[in-house]
Amino acid sequence: MRPVSAWGRLSADLHHVEPLTNPWSLQETLRNRKRWGLPHGMGRSYGDVCLNPGGSLWLTTSLDRFQSFDEKTGRLRVEAGVLLRDIQKAFIPRGWILPVTPGTQMATVGGAIANDVHGKNHHLQGSFGDHVSKIQLARTDGDTQTLSLDENPECFRATLGGLGLTGLITAAEIQLKPVSGPWLESETLPFHGLESFFSFADASEADWEHTVAWIDCLSGINARGLFMRAKPARAGDKGKLHKKRSRKIPVVPPVSLVNALTLRPFNEAYFRLGQGEQRSKIVYYIPFFYPLDNLHEWNRMYGPKGFYQYQSVVPREVGLDATKAMLQAIAHSGEGSFLAVLKTFGEREAPGLLSFPRPGVTLALDFPNRGDRTHRLFERLDSIVREAKGTLYPAKDARMPRDLFEAGYPHLETFSKHRDPGISSAFSRRVMDF
Amino acid sequence: MKKIVIVGATSLMAESCARIWLERAPARLVLIGRRPEGLDRVASDLKVRSPESEIESLSGDLIHPESIAALVKKSSEGGVPDAVLIAQGSLPEQAEFEQDLALCQETLLINGVSPVLWAEAFIGPMQSANHGTLAILGSVAGDRGRQSNYVYGSAKGLVSRYAEGLQHRLSGTKVRVVLVKPGPTDTPMTSRFKAKGMKLASVDVVAQGIVRAMDRGIPVAYLPAKWGLIMTVIRHLPRFIFNRLKI
Repeated sequence: MRPVSAWGRLSADLHHVEPLTNPWSLQETLRNRKRWGLPHGMGRSYGDVCLNPGGSLWLTTSLDRFQSFDEKTGRLRVEAGVLLRDIQKAFIPRGWILPVTPGTQMATVGGAIANDVHGKNHHLQGSFGDHVSKIQLARTDGDTQTLSLDENPECFRATLGGLGLTGLITAAEIQLKPVSGPWLESETLPFHGLESFFSFADASEADWEHTVAWIDCLSGINARGLFMRAKPARAGDKGKLHKKRSRKIPVVPPVSLVNALTLRPFNEAYFRLGQGEQRSKIVYYIPFFYPLDNLHEWNRMYGPKGFYQYQSVVPREVGLDATKAMLQAIAHSGEGSFLAVLKTFGEREAPGLLSFPRPGVTLALDFPNRGDRTHRLFERLDSIVREAKGTLYPAKDARMPRDLFEAGYPHLETFSKHRDPGISSAFSRRVMDF
Repeated sequence: MKKIVIVGATSLMAESCARIWLERAPARLVLIGRRPEGLDRVASDLKVRSPESEIESLSGDLIHPESIAALVKKSSEGGVPDAVLIAQGSLPEQAEFEQDLALCQETLLINGVSPVLWAEAFIGPMQSANHGTLAILGSVAGDRGRQSNYVYGSAKGLVSRYAEGLQHRLSGTKVRVVLVKPGPTDTPMTSRFKAKGMKLASVDVVAQGIVRAMDRGIPVAYLPAKWGLIMTVIRHLPRFIFNRLKI
């Protein structure tokens, strides 16, 4: 047994870690299990969806081989442990790109499916699951299934965003998107007040594939921030390739580096820098999509107690008021971090039964773990989300109350029929029956 | 296109080398290994990465001389290879040998005898063609017998001595023989060392080193290079000191 933490580093409980080294022996590992298991990739989810204290973690990172690629259609078949990074690196030079990518490329394909992750282009491309055409699933009873919209469609929808609870995803077929190159044309627009955020968002959605905003979480009701939008650069447009050395936070500092003393000046400086920046430029895909990947183990900066991320979505009709109320509560508490992100989701139905993305506006913020103070703030935010008929994102969550989960995921009952009885996670035991 | 033959092609180190070669330029690759499903998995992955490459997999017994001769003959169809990498191996726990002589024999065969037989089978045609590079995987464990892994180490010592002789035989020709000696590397073979908290070199770093050593025809390559220094010290420790060390 060894201690395993999720990205938020809130716990380091002991797990039986069992690496799956190849596709032909994994059935045996699943069948011979002595306790509940849970598929585990890179552990990039923040809270407890990837943890199973006292149980087994089936490590998928060695299942990382490409299986086939069709140059005509862009269909790629991969084992579940392939990293998004490996796909981008191998295919962008050949004119294909992942249609949807989250803010880190250090996640596995299996993890991206199980959390039905989204990116800055949700309004155009939906979530990761919208581009998955087939899934190979191994169940702990020894059964293997092929899932798609035609074969076992309900189990397919349960597995997209299914948090690994329907079985072990061993391989998947995903549809890549043609791309002219690794460059993006991007713009940064400073804004004051959420109204201008929404008008930027509305004005940008038709012409800009990627939109997202950074907000100063301490600025309260008149939120200021930087609205960023980007689209693939025209063929021939190239920017400067900064060969930045990747850095690493070498040790866990004794206290969070993000605290009352550092947060305000940092936000001030970041906003001013963004304001002064050249409005439009050509950027390389890595710093645009994955700004934090270059700082290895950045999650250490929150100190030994770790951190929470609170990511909510609320319907658009109440989006302005609910977001204002949340920002006010956060500014009032003085908690928070400079990692605060606001984005509007597109009007489309999510592919998975437990998918998080839905029409509305999503707010994501990091909070250093400061015990009761942090939890009291979360309870206030919960009540705003609950009233707005919104919900929270399991991939980021380590503490949401069961009622909020149940209210936010109306297909839960259908989903539960497809659970694999040999699989359970800390998250599923917290908000579901097992 | 260059023709490259890899024996023990499902080993992570060999596979990483193959990726590096194909990233540089498409090649004709012959992958040789024991398990057909393992070879197919590696071959499909490489084919996706480099669609212009020609990739062939040959599976069979890696220890039996007749099987080796047949596979070498088959892999040499259409031309003597430009490069051969011999990379098979396995590393059981030293303590297991004390209970299990058959395992001890198998380990000596797969890590020592087998690589030598493969090299011997390939080198004749390469010498006749007066062309090509043959790399064979030894190990730092072969430099001095240590209590923690002397059975594996003695097999690798055999490989070292053999490579030395082969280099002597081929001096003055255009055939290069490269003896690679990796330190502890992060592969499935060493996962138990990692669990004990040992610092392991990444497969990718070692694979880069193998490819570089083969490019330059370096006779003996310690990977990462610091192991050259460490092993020099260990080899020269007087016995009365060495025997007190728990290594």
